Amino acid sequence: MSDILLDVEDLRVRFPGLSGYTEAVRGLSFTLGRERLGIVGESGSGKSMTGRAILDLVPPPGEVTAKRMAFMGLDLLSMPHRERRALRGARMSMVMQDPKYSLNPVMTVGEQIAETWRIHNPGEAGQARERALAMLDAVRIRDPKHVYDLYPHEVSGGMGQRVMIAMVLVADPDLIIADEPTSALDVTVSMQVLAILDDLVSQRGLGLIFISHDLDLVRSFCDRVIVMYGGAVMETLNARDLDHAQHAYTKGLLNCLPRLDRVDANLPVFTRDPEWLK
Amino acid sequence: MASARSTAKLVSAEVTTFAITMLGLLLVTFLIGRVIPIDPVLAVVGDRAPPDVYDKARIALGLDKPLWQQFLTYLGQVARGEFGTSVMTSNPVILDIKRVFPATLELATLGTLIGVSLGIPLGVAAAVYKGRWPDNLVRILGLFGYSIPVFWLGLMGLLLFYAHLGWVGGPGRVSVAFDDLVTTKTGVLILDAILEGEWEVARDAFSHLILPASVLGFFSLAYISRMTRSFMINELSQAYILTARVKGASETRVIWRHALRNAAAPLATVIALSYAGLLEGSVLTETIFAWPGLGRYITASLLQADMNAVLGGTVVVGVVFISLNLFADIMARVFDPRTR
Repeated sequence: MSDILLDVEDLRVRFPGLSGYTEAVRGLSFTLGRERLGIVGESGSGKSMTGRAILDLVPPPGEVTAKRMAFMGLDLLSMPHRERRALRGARMSMVMQDPKYSLNPVMTVGEQIAETWRIHNPGEAGQARERALAMLDAVRIRDPKHVYDLYPHEVSGGMGQRVMIAMVLVADPDLIIADEPTSALDVTVSMQVLAILDDLVSQRGLGLIFISHDLDLVRSFCDRVIVMYGGAVMETLNARDLDHAQHAYTKGLLNCLPRLDRVDANLPVFTRDPEWLK
Repeated sequence: MASARSTAKLVSAEVTTFAITMLGLLLVTFLIGRVIPIDPVLAVVGDRAPPDVYDKARIALGLDKPLWQQFLTYLGQVARGEFGTSVMTSNPVILDIKRVFPATLELATLGTLIGVSLGIPLGVAAAVYKGRWPDNLVRILGLFGYSIPVFWLGLMGLLLFYAHLGWVGGPGRVSVAFDDLVTTKTGVLILDAILEGEWEVARDAFSHLILPASVLGFFSLAYISRMTRSFMINELSQAYILTARVKGASETRVIWRHALRNAAAPLATVIALSYAGLLEGSVLTETIFAWPGLGRYITASLLQADMNAVLGGTVVVGVVFISLNLFADIMARVFDPRTR
């Protein structure tokens, strides 16, 4: 098996509208190994749509095209939706944004973790509870048996997001996409959740696509960074080189970050160049 | 998995609500009985009775006592099922109700079963295929359900399925040949016939029941499918639905296990209200199908100024309504852990 998990070339996502198409992603290309790839950009830059296109979850009537989209040697473009669904949750998965809304309110958290296992291992459904409990333990929940029977409204945001991670990892995927996994959490809780995610990704040697608009977070958490704007890639660089970014957009973004070691009366206003999208 | 104590607390809270609402209902029916310009004494002694007879009857009825005492007496009577005698039928009102309520009960129950078993799948289909043909079909069906007058639909149904095609029985609960063939146990004719092993009678009763029940079921379907559609559209747009898809759940699972389970709590209320509406007795349907049900009984009593029967019927309707509300509340709590 090659070390390349995901190979995407010229990915485009577009939505038909009254006056022609709106392009959400315009020609994104990247390869992903067993590493952490950050995708950053402002709202509407196409980060989330990229994640959903990989999972075959672009909402209708959106259209996904690409020259190439392969996952561990499997051609995702020619694969029927049924098979894409079988991959989803089992081999590639996604950590959603806000556990308050992305967990089903009428199922216990344990059931929701067990469900992922059961869907992909119908022959071993009897193990589902055990697996879910083990996963709860793996995301450092102290009393898994107690938490298993809680409903989402009975757990805190941080615990909810750990449950989410457990649910995503229980079926042992190779690739996970984390779509702003900590934006709904406060800073300390978000650090704890990231530490857990970090450990699990390293232990299991997963490929991670980390979607965020938090540059500092991506810098410390990821190996490589793709900077997107308006659905297109502005620049791809190593996370540690982020401070030496070449592209005007990346520089502009970094420049807008408030800093403790400098007094800014006003943060600079960001001017976007339409030329970037040409 | 709520603890026994919290369950007990909930039940006691519900029972208290139930008792208070019942008391309010009985206060209203009691006061109606006092303020209407029909003298209950005259109803007993006739209007040519001499004054001493009138006074005796007045004392016998307890009307000389203070109002609060009369109300307590009334509560006691209701608890024992004493609603007085109907002027119209000269039977005790409770016996009349025991006869007419089961007729309405079987009609409303079958109607609601039809409405629920078709309305929920149709509403779900409309939500899933929102804006496409199944949705349009359901919306048109709903529009018909809301706008067709029930008497017209009933008459057309009789004309087509009874007069022309002969698929169903005509008006009435059972054909004349089978009248009084089974002894009344539950009052629900089909059930009584089955209990006695009279399959012929049961079949005949069903053929009389199915058409009026379908008419009511159609209206219930229109309402339930419309509400299901809107609840499901709301649920399907929630983030947890995307989560379920991310997990690899099939669409069937996403729709029925995830979305519908969340829509179940509000749906329980809608169904209970629709059922309660039918249990009040649908006067028009009962009239067209010569159905000896509660709606017709109360209406006829009202037109005859037969107040004992009207108030007795009102209490029954009230009890049904309050009980179903209670049931819907309990179901909502069962389906939605956040309300526990």
